[in-house]
Amino acid sequence: MAAIAAPPPARALSSAVGIGLAVGLYGISFGVLAVAGGLTPAQACVMSMLVFTGASQFAFVGVLATGGGALAAMAPAVMLAMRNAAYGLSLVTVLRGPLRRRALEAQLVIDESTAMARAEDDPGAARRAFLATGVSVWICWNAGTLAGALLGGGLGDPRALGLDAMFPAAFLALLAPQLRRPGAPVAALAGAVAALALVPFAPAGVPVIAALAGVVPGVLVARSVRS
Amino acid sequence: MTWAALIALCVVSYGLKAVGPVLVGGRELGPQLRQTLDLVAVPLLAALILIQSLGQGHQLVADARLPALAVAGILVWRRAPFLVVVLAAAATAALLRAVA
Repeated sequence: MAAIAAPPPARALSSAVGIGLAVGLYGISFGVLAVAGGLTPAQACVMSMLVFTGASQFAFVGVLATGGGALAAMAPAVMLAMRNAAYGLSLVTVLRGPLRRRALEAQLVIDESTAMARAEDDPGAARRAFLATGVSVWICWNAGTLAGALLGGGLGDPRALGLDAMFPAAFLALLAPQLRRPGAPVAALAGAVAALALVPFAPAGVPVIAALAGVVPGVLVARSVRS
Repeated sequence: MTWAALIALCVVSYGLKAVGPVLVGGRELGPQLRQTLDLVAVPLLAALILIQSLGQGHQLVADARLPALAVAGILVWRRAPFLVVVLAAAATAALLRAVA
């Protein structure tokens, strides 16, 4: 089983470094936007170290930049951070160490580390992929934030390099092996439909949370397959 | 004020991340619960892929990201290495934008 699904460690490591570097370039644009939006470089760096959730951070500084107060900036940031709770739940079977270790590992629960971990079938390989990706992304995101906050603009638009198209491609490559599990294709389809249907109405962050509903038909299908 | 909101956001975002690993992680889980938790990331990632490819604020738009996702889909189907998939998607979007 593991022979098909689990890439060898070297490959997982190169994937982790690759995704980290791309996140780092986004970190630079976050640093630039954070300072332009009114944060000090110290605030931008503390945010990247401790909040460490790109989408929430961009939303927070986006509200500040358009003249909203810090409290108004909290709402979309928290909405976008909510999916990390679901990611953390999906990693419960992977992160099984002592409490102190789990408490540290929790800080690394984000889109990229979850996707990389869940692409592995073996829990040990999944945990290694989670840690490699989480640490690589944390280092690059913070280095990028620091560089962007200190150096300011003039570093170019990540979109011109196609970096915004990189993340869905990466998540697709990591989702694909998971679709072999019973019920997973139904869960993916139902979740995607629910999320897209909500985009026009719901605040940012809510559609991805709503995709959780896809777990229900997924589990039903998985159980009917098994029985 | 900004610092207070910032610290609050740090606490909230860590708390959300920690629900699974810290609160649930230490317990023994039944097979049905394990199976359900193992499926949680799947619909979230599927939704994230499409929203990151089509979403622009409250609108769904088809721009350079969509052909890039299609290229990625073909390469994933052909079992191309991860970095090839990712770089080909970025190159597709970058090229289409440079041409446009």
